[in-house]
Amino acid sequence: MIYDMKPEQVIGDYKEVRLDLFGGISRVCLYTEIETPYPDGKLIVSTTDNSGVITHVNKSFVEMSGYTEDELLNAPHSILRHPDMPPAAFKDLWDTISAGKKWQGYVKNLRKDGGYYWVKATVIPNVRNGVVVGYTSVRRKPSRSKVEACIKLYPTLF
Amino acid sequence: MPYTLTVSPDFTPDHLSGWYIFNTWLQKTTGEAIHLEIFNSFLAQHEAIQDDEIDLIFANPFDAAMLVREKGFLPLVMAQGRSDEAVIAVSSDSPIIDVTELLPGCRVAVTEDPDVRLMGMIMLEPADLATDNVQTHVCDSYVLVAKQLLRGDADVGIFLAEAYDGLSNIIKKQLKMLVRSQIDVIHHALMVGPRLVDRRDELRNTLLAMNNDEKGQDILKNLRFDAWNSVEDADMEFMIDLMDTLNT
Ligand SMILES: Cc1cc2nc3c(=O)[nH]c(=O)nc-3n(C[C@H](O)[C@H](O)[C@H](O)COP(=O)(O)O)c2cc1C
Repeated sequence: MIYDMKPEQVIGDYKEVRLDLFGGISRVCLYTEIETPYPDGKLIVSTTDNSGVITHVNKSFVEMSGYTEDELLNAPHSILRHPDMPPAAFKDLWDTISAGKKWQGYVKNLRKDGGYYWVKATVIPNVRNGVVVGYTSVRRKPSRSKVEACIKLYPTLF
Repeated sequence: MPYTLTVSPDFTPDHLSGWYIFNTWLQKTTGEAIHLEIFNSFLAQHEAIQDDEIDLIFANPFDAAMLVREKGFLPLVMAQGRSDEAVIAVSSDSPIIDVTELLPGCRVAVTEDPDVRLMGMIMLEPADLATDNVQTHVCDSYVLVAKQLLRGDADVGIFLAEAYDGLSNIIKKQLKMLVRSQIDVIHHALMVGPRLVDRRDELRNTLLAMNNDEKGQDILKNLRFDAWNSVEDADMEFMIDLMDTLNT
């Protein structure tokens, strides 16, 4: 499940916005300017079912998102949706993976404590016996220059 | 006709005696004639796989997708606690202390080992480095990768973490590790091909029980791990998907 973010879980000064997510979910997001650097040498891995509900996360995912594994499992992946991410990026993601193709892009993710972290994400359909049974996303450390380019580009996509 | 076992060519020759002993044990335990064929390059091994000459393979994760999807191989077991990890290192004299300080055009020493190379290049991406903007020096062994760094013939090296740890102290003292991967889920796996697949459960059970007696334990020690762990089809599919996301 996804709940409204609460001031007591947030660290630092925050802004508030209400996001409308897929499936009629509406969420109050509290977000700060505090960046958590991507850890060297690690991959952040998750899998979802066909509708984007989280079915598996690895340890790095738990550490970086700030949520517990229990909070993440069965939650929609938009639990990490940051207000600075343009909806067009996720439309492109879903259009691409629904067509059975691999998607790659740079994503700013929202932590439970209101902070954020940038990743380079690759999402692929999981095909078992010819049928798509879900999706896997693997994130790696992005280059700073690519992140800087996204910081300029993304605000123009709203 | 005897069956053929092979191991991924990324193993150093001193590991190979362990595999010969393992194969002797495997033949005795299964009552089958099995020939251990060692290829000295991935290319030669791939040709043998394409020609359907292989029945059992301790496979590099990079080859797992091809073995499963194109050649009908299925996973049996993996070495306990042995995930494949990569290390990025420079000479201890190098002014570089963080990967992001490396510049396009730099010389990267690697081996042919495809999964380590892939993981290593991913760890160089934060510096905007990719195969098309670095000079890749392919070496025959990780010791030679280290030597390239020591001689100043390469700026940065990509190592299998286990091989890096196994370098002599004299060499290691002259190197500086920048990053060590902690990926955990990418590993070699012993896989069985179509001609032996009927005996998959029996083979797996035999291997999983190997550490129950002293003889088996000794053989495993020569392979440098303590036990085999089961790899289920779903585990293998997950790893194949992971490799697929990395291979872009
Ligand atoms: C495997 C997979 C991983 C995803 N990872 C993220 C993620 O890390 N962060 C994120 O904001 N959205 C991620 N998404 C996209 C979300 O499902 C969702 O589309 C997005 O957060 C925008 O929310 P909305 O579609 O409800 O508007 C992922 C989707 C899939 C299928």
